Amino acid sequence: MAGRGRIDLVGLFKRFPDGTVAVDGVNLAVEDGSYCCLLGPSGCGKTTILRMIAGHETPTDGEIVIGGENVVGQPPSRRGTAMMFQSYALFPHLTVRDNIAFSLRARGVGKAERYREADRVIEQVQLAALASRLPAQLSGGQQQRVALARAIVTKPRVLLLDEPLSALDEFLRLQMRSELRQMQRQLGITFIHVTHTQLEAVAVADQVVVMDRGRIEQSSSARGIYAEPKSAYVARFMGGQNVLSGAVAEAPGAVLRLGGPRGQHFLLAARERRPARGQTVYFSVRRDRVRLARWARDGAPPDNAVTGSVKAVEYQGTYVKVTLALAMAETAVNGADEFVVYVEEGGYFGDPLGVGDGVVASWEADEARLLAGGPAAGAPH
Amino acid sequence: MTNSSGNRPWTFYALAAFFAAYVLFLYGPMLCIFILSFQGQGGALVFPMRGFGLYWFIDLFTQVRTGDVIGAIERSLPLAFIVMALTVAISVASGMAFRQRFRGSGILFYGAVASLVAPGLVLGIGIGLMFQLLGVPEHWWSSAVGAQLTWTLPFGLLIMFAVFGRFNRAYEEAARDLGASPAQVVRLVVIPIILPGIIAVALFGFTLSYDEFARTLQTSGPTNTLPLEIWSMTTNVTSPALYALGTVTTAFSFLVIGISLGAIAVIQRRRFGRALPAKRP
Repeated sequence: MAGRGRIDLVGLFKRFPDGTVAVDGVNLAVEDGSYCCLLGPSGCGKTTILRMIAGHETPTDGEIVIGGENVVGQPPSRRGTAMMFQSYALFPHLTVRDNIAFSLRARGVGKAERYREADRVIEQVQLAALASRLPAQLSGGQQQRVALARAIVTKPRVLLLDEPLSALDEFLRLQMRSELRQMQRQLGITFIHVTHTQLEAVAVADQVVVMDRGRIEQSSSARGIYAEPKSAYVARFMGGQNVLSGAVAEAPGAVLRLGGPRGQHFLLAARERRPARGQTVYFSVRRDRVRLARWARDGAPPDNAVTGSVKAVEYQGTYVKVTLALAMAETAVNGADEFVVYVEEGGYFGDPLGVGDGVVASWEADEARLLAGGPAAGAPH
Repeated sequence: MTNSSGNRPWTFYALAAFFAAYVLFLYGPMLCIFILSFQGQGGALVFPMRGFGLYWFIDLFTQVRTGDVIGAIERSLPLAFIVMALTVAISVASGMAFRQRFRGSGILFYGAVASLVAPGLVLGIGIGLMFQLLGVPEHWWSSAVGAQLTWTLPFGLLIMFAVFGRFNRAYEEAARDLGASPAQVVRLVVIPIILPGIIAVALFGFTLSYDEFARTLQTSGPTNTLPLEIWSMTTNVTSPALYALGTVTTAFSFLVIGISLGAIAVIQRRRFGRALPAKRP
């Protein structure tokens, strides 16, 4: 039988009483003991999925299978899940120790025993010095640890985390992020973590699930999502990519030849897809895999290249972010008529570019990735 | 807004004078009664003071001819506690119920709050009439309790709406997630968190009942509550004992309010007040 903490969502569907469809037929498998991130903009249904797994929301249709058992209809406490709420929802009238011992108290465990058990977990999250404080007397990071301790004291097989880092400042967020990952390895249980921050997801997760409007756009490893986005939506949402389009000029076998709007061609691997001649297709090119060179000529750019002028230069420490205004705006669907290149710092300062300089940005054919579908509207940068 | 005290606009002084007049108007009469109650045996109902002492306080509780003050207190206090308990129980329960929209919730809400604007005297007469019609004897512990609830419940309801409007439902979900039964969610989480609001409702229930007059006048049956007794005394008692009674009841009201507000303050300070000690040296 599957592991105790394996989760299978089968045809999961949720329509709210006001008619909005929050989750629109989601199928997803999460391995036992893995760290899974549900990632997407607000309103994409990720939190609703989490709440349905926890039992705080009832699916309109579909199954939620945890460890081989369909848990739909069961109360939250019987599912072997524990949830960490977005703003932690620590009980303001209870001390840290009483907050953590709450689930034991609800089960009728005696005071001495539940405090012994709570103190063991308090030790585990390094809160011993704060055990008799009230939540209002804790910092954000400490509150998060209490919330974590309160959840894991129930010995769940699945921990559900709703935007666990959003209440923290930038510095603490990075620290707590790695603490969460460490804790997950230590406990060996399944973590499902909802976030709208791309870097957070790829930093902690074994499995990243990118969602849009109630559907899963792509589910894969962190590296798979970032380096091999399936659709224009994922490429744009994850960032670090330029999304371009072109009409298929010819498709000789495994290689597609797209006609660019200014006479140049884009070559890319067709993979398993065989788009028809004349069809417009989208592809992505990673921002850090593009070469920049000065370009003063008119006329068609070379193949696998676009031309434009430097619009903005941002120094980022290890690299320089150069934003180009494309000479052929209509090809770019990356939010605006822009094309972004990350230039390695040393190389850039050998011949620094100024705003307004004409440049050509080119890439190797095998750096271009064919994307499914067209440009998705409304994704952030 | 950077004006120093030296060059404030004339409106500042005008408004300050207006506010001073307001305060004088509010507390002046109370203060007069307070002072005049501490007269000697030859005291009268008007200034100047004639002697000084606690004579009229003693008179209040010993002389039968001043009216049945002790009996009235013995009725008004339990009445206030009954009304308080019912107001708290019903307001908290309705506050929780009204968090969801249910069929008729709008009508029920306006129906409950409408009795705030209905003239109390008429309402009291109506309740008295109904009891007579049904042949049920009126008593302070029956018809008057009902009549006073029409006054205290709308306040209690509105306070609980405000309390639950700020109440984060994630607390309840967290409790359920941790295995609490519905009863445990209410007992261990909801009630303790909204406790300051409950005390406020109790305070309103108690004080509104304790000095209720209009609704109680036609519903208290054969015996008087304290406000009714004071009113009847104004028509036939002409000694400063009346003022002594006013001083005693006012002091008692302030005591009750002080205790309640103190309790709320203590809870709030315990929960939110203490700043993070770890952060400061």
